[in-house]
Amino acid sequence: MRLAELQREFRAWLVEASPEAAARVAGLDHPGLAVYQNNYRAQLVGCLEVSYPKTRDRIGSEAFLNAAITHIDERPPHAWTLDAYAEGFDGTLEAMFPEHPDVSELAWIEHALATAFVAADATPLAAADLAALDWDHARLVLSPALRMREVTTNSERVWHDGGDAVPLAVPAGLVVWRQDYTSCLREVSLLELEALAELQCDGSFAALCDLLAERLGEEAGVAQAGAWLAEWIGSALIVGAEVEIPR
Amino acid sequence: MPHPNPPTTANTLFSGYGLGLRKEHYRDFLETDVPVDFVEVISENFMVEGGQPRHILRQVRERHPVALHGVSMSIGSADGLDREYLRRLRALADEIDPLFVSDHLCWTRIEGFNSHDLLPMPYTDEALDLVCANIAQAQDALGRTMLFENPSSYIAFAGESMTEWEFLAEMCRRTGCDLLLDVNNIYVSATNHGFDAQAFLAGVPADRVRQIHLAGHSAGKDLLIDTHDTAVCAEVWALYAQARALVGPVATMIERDADVPPLRELLGELDLARAYGRQPAHTLREAA
Repeated sequence: MRLAELQREFRAWLVEASPEAAARVAGLDHPGLAVYQNNYRAQLVGCLEVSYPKTRDRIGSEAFLNAAITHIDERPPHAWTLDAYAEGFDGTLEAMFPEHPDVSELAWIEHALATAFVAADATPLAAADLAALDWDHARLVLSPALRMREVTTNSERVWHDGGDAVPLAVPAGLVVWRQDYTSCLREVSLLELEALAELQCDGSFAALCDLLAERLGEEAGVAQAGAWLAEWIGSALIVGAEVEIPR
Repeated sequence: MPHPNPPTTANTLFSGYGLGLRKEHYRDFLETDVPVDFVEVISENFMVEGGQPRHILRQVRERHPVALHGVSMSIGSADGLDREYLRRLRALADEIDPLFVSDHLCWTRIEGFNSHDLLPMPYTDEALDLVCANIAQAQDALGRTMLFENPSSYIAFAGESMTEWEFLAEMCRRTGCDLLLDVNNIYVSATNHGFDAQAFLAGVPADRVRQIHLAGHSAGKDLLIDTHDTAVCAEVWALYAQARALVGPVATMIERDADVPPLRELLGELDLARAYGRQPAHTLREAA
C-alpha cells in the first residue's frame, strides 16, 4: 500500500472507527490500533475538558462527555495546534441544548478568554496619545485580543460566580479582551456592542459618532461616543490611531 | 553555482541535564534558581501570537538555554509540510535562539486532518524518500539542522523493508539531520514489537545523537504505552547507561507530561541521570 493511501486508511480508522480501514492498516484485531484510537479520542476529550471547565461543571461530566463525543464525531481536528480544537464547541452545545442558551454562551466566554490570552501583543494608547488627533479623520485600531458577541442570558454573571442562569430582560453584548497578560470579560449594552463592532470594522471615529447620533440624537450621540471612547482607552482596548488623509 | 537553499546552522555539542518546562513549574523557573542546564518546551504551546506564554518563555530564556520540541510538524505526511506551521516555528526559533529544534519521526496530518497523535511510519523506501524530502524542506525553512526523535509505536506494517534504526541512520545520512534518542521509546517499542533494544542502539549513528529523552511508561492490556506519567523505570535506566556508553556526553532530559510531580522529585531523577553521566564508559557498559 502506498504511504498516502495508508495514511488515509489510518485516518478512517481514527475518525470513523472503520473496521475495513483497520483491517487494511494492521489487521482488525491488532491491539495497537485500539491504542491509537484511544489516544486520538482521549486527547480531544481532554482538550475540551481543559478548555471548558466551567461549562463542564455547569452541565455535569456525563452530559459534557456526550457533547464532546458528538463534537469529535462531527468535527475532526484540522489545525496544527490542539488548542484550536476547542474552537466551535459552543456551536455544538448550542445545537444540543437549544432550550438553554446559557450553556453555549458560557462556553463561548471560556473560549474567548483563552484566545484573548494568547492574542497578539499590542501596546494600548493613553488618552495623552490622542490629545492632538484630528477626530474628523481619525481611524482607531482596537486590540487584537477583542472578541464580542450578543447574549440573551446572564452568562457573564454565571461565569463569574456560578449562580443560576436566567434570561436577560433585553439581549446584551459580551466583550472579551486582554489587559497586560490578564483576559477580561464585561457585559455591555447592545448599542455599545454595535459601536465596538462598527469601530472594529471601520475604525472611523466620525462614523461611530454618526451611528450614535442616529440612535441617540446629535448631542447625546456625540457625548456617548466620547464617554465610551474614554472608557475603552482606560480599558486598554484602543491600540492604534491614525489620521486618514482626505482625498 | 551557489546552493539554491540557505545554509542550515549545525547543532552545537551540548552535554547538560534538563527538564521539560511545564505549567506546574513556571513559578519555580521564574522565581528560583533551578539547577538545570537547559529546559525543553513543547514548541506548539508557544507558537502563539503573543500573551503570557511567550512572555514567560522569554523570561525563562534569560535564565536557561531552551530546546524547542515539536509534536505537529508531521515530517512523515504524504502530502507534505504545512508552510504556515514552518513560518510560525521559524519566528519562534528566531526569537528564542534555541539549543535545538526537534520533532518526531512520525506523521500527524493528512489532507487537512490532524490527529494530534504521533502516528507510526512504515519503514519503507517510499517513506524514507518522502521523509528525507520533508526534512530538507523543514531545515531550509528553519535555517538550521533539526533533531528527530524515535517515537513509541504500537503497530508495525506489512511490507516494511528496513528496521526503524536502519531508517533513522539512512535518514541522517541523506539529510544531515541529528537525532533525539528517546530511550524510553526504544524500550517501549522493543517490548511491543519484540526487537532487541541494544540492536537499536547499536544501529543508530551515535555521532548524530544530540539529545536523549528519559520518561516513564505504563503497561496496557497487551502493550506498553508511552504515557510520560511515571518515573523512569529500572529497565530504561539500564538502557540509558548503554546509550551513554555509545553516544557519550549529550544533552539529557526527563520528560513528564501527566501527573506532574513537584519539581524536587524530577530534579531527583535528573540527579540520577547525572550520576550515570559521571560514570566512565566501561562502567556504564557493565552496568547495562
